Amino acid sequence: MLYAILCYNDEASVGAWSKAEEDQVMDALWAVQEPYVQAGRMGPVARLLPTTAATTLRKNGDEPLVIDGPFAETKEQLLGFYVVDCDDLDAALALARDLAKANPGLGSYEIRPVLTHRPGTLPA
Amino acid sequence: MSDLAWIEAALTSARPQAIGALLRYFRDLDTAEEAFQEACLRALRSWPDKGPPRDPAAWLILVGRNAGVDTVRKLSRQQALPDEAAISDLEDAEADLAERLDGADYRDDILRLLFVCCHPDLPATQQIALALRIVSGLSVKQIARAFLVGESAMEQRITRAKARIAKADTPFEAPGPIERAERLAAVAAMIYLVFNEGYSAGPGATDARAGLADEAIRLARLLLRLFQTEPEIMGLTALILLQHARAAARFDSAGEMVLLDDQDRRLWNAGLIAEGLALIDKAMRHRRPGPYQVQAAIAALHARAAAPAETDWAQIDRLYATLERLQPSPVVTLNRAVAVSKVAGPAAALAMIEPLAPRLTGYFHFHGLKGALLLQLGQTEAARVAFGQAIALANTPAEAAHIRARLDRLLPENDAGAST
Repeated sequence: MLYAILCYNDEASVGAWSKAEEDQVMDALWAVQEPYVQAGRMGPVARLLPTTAATTLRKNGDEPLVIDGPFAETKEQLLGFYVVDCDDLDAALALARDLAKANPGLGSYEIRPVLTHRPGTLPA
Repeated sequence: MSDLAWIEAALTSARPQAIGALLRYFRDLDTAEEAFQEACLRALRSWPDKGPPRDPAAWLILVGRNAGVDTVRKLSRQQALPDEAAISDLEDAEADLAERLDGADYRDDILRLLFVCCHPDLPATQQIALALRIVSGLSVKQIARAFLVGESAMEQRITRAKARIAKADTPFEAPGPIERAERLAAVAAMIYLVFNEGYSAGPGATDARAGLADEAIRLARLLLRLFQTEPEIMGLTALILLQHARAAARFDSAGEMVLLDDQDRRLWNAGLIAEGLALIDKAMRHRRPGPYQVQAAIAALHARAAAPAETDWAQIDRLYATLERLQPSPVVTLNRAVAVSKVAGPAAALAMIEPLAPRLTGYFHFHGLKGALLLQLGQTEAARVAFGQAIALANTPAEAAHIRARLDRLLPENDAGAST
């Protein structure tokens, strides 16, 4: 079974870490992941930029609304995610619009730039 | 990370929100600060055993408010609040309480706190010192070290600033849209001042001073979290992220300034650049250009060029033209001239900056650029005069050393010229 593990924390606290603290945490996290990577069982890992860099596309009738900031509703649940290489935010929003069109009902797409990523070692 | 380091990070990040709310309750900066201090002491006693609360800021506000009430007994009519032991054990109740107590006020609390620090009555140096003391929580000693003044002089500076603010009537009701926009602009300018204090410091600067750039980034991100839809705040944050991304490449191992064209771009911080580019991208979608956005867009063009030759100077020239319209200043025109020299050659750039001479005669960069342009035109003697004036006006030893190195490279050619 594949599992997605989603990480939540206070970004202001994490943003207040010094370079040394940051490196220390990243090393500790890597030590936990490494055996899974070696065993070919770790999929893509991504660290996202802060929510200040996020844009949200909200389905709202015919023309979806573009809102600055992260997805902030509690009535809807996270159902999935895509990681895609786009030239800029407009291109990413265009893809999100197409996804929204192809998908029935309402819903939202939060577009968040990725800071760092590793493709992982999972077989296709 | 140790428990203590985690707690300190949480206290630092909760500080603006907590002091902002306490300032609204007590309407007095000193009382708010003391109440927050007391709450921090209690947090250091209680969090290691009980674990950190889910919402550290709410915890600190409630505990600080109780502590402040105990101390000054000003607000006896205020309803009794649960004690902190009860709050810590009931995380949901705590979050609920915080919601009821503050809710949407948080945003204006922090803005008010920041705005109080950059009150127009205060000179820039006092604004920065006060913001670093109150919002960032740096000690007087740390701030004094950053500004290379004695601790008692800095203490006095901050005390004077506080006294002025106490006299200047700060309105405590929620600001209207126009007032909010004005506060936001003043706060953005103050944050950029803090950044420049750190950024303009040379390689020999103390860690305390260099750390001001990091602190400014933290404040800008904080402001942006509160005002997520303001393109100029996106622009400000992007601008300082993109400038700070080049920090490691700006000086060589001898401490000499390295110009943009000569910097080792592998030393640029890719993470800060990614964040800056994402923010300016977001800001431009609003089609409401402002000075911070335009400057960030210029920095973004430099950041996007993998090598100096790939820099889109024509676009940079156009952006500076926009900036000249938005914020006319001889310094902006001087910067535009650099782009013009790349696009149209040194003669065109020289013609552009010559009319600026009366206003920029005391400005280091004017003479530095003039010298460089004259040199490109082969006017060695005139270049030497301009470089000499630049050295006399240098603000830091690194600036002077940079020009001196250019002069040294000039000399042998000169001698050769004289002998033939």
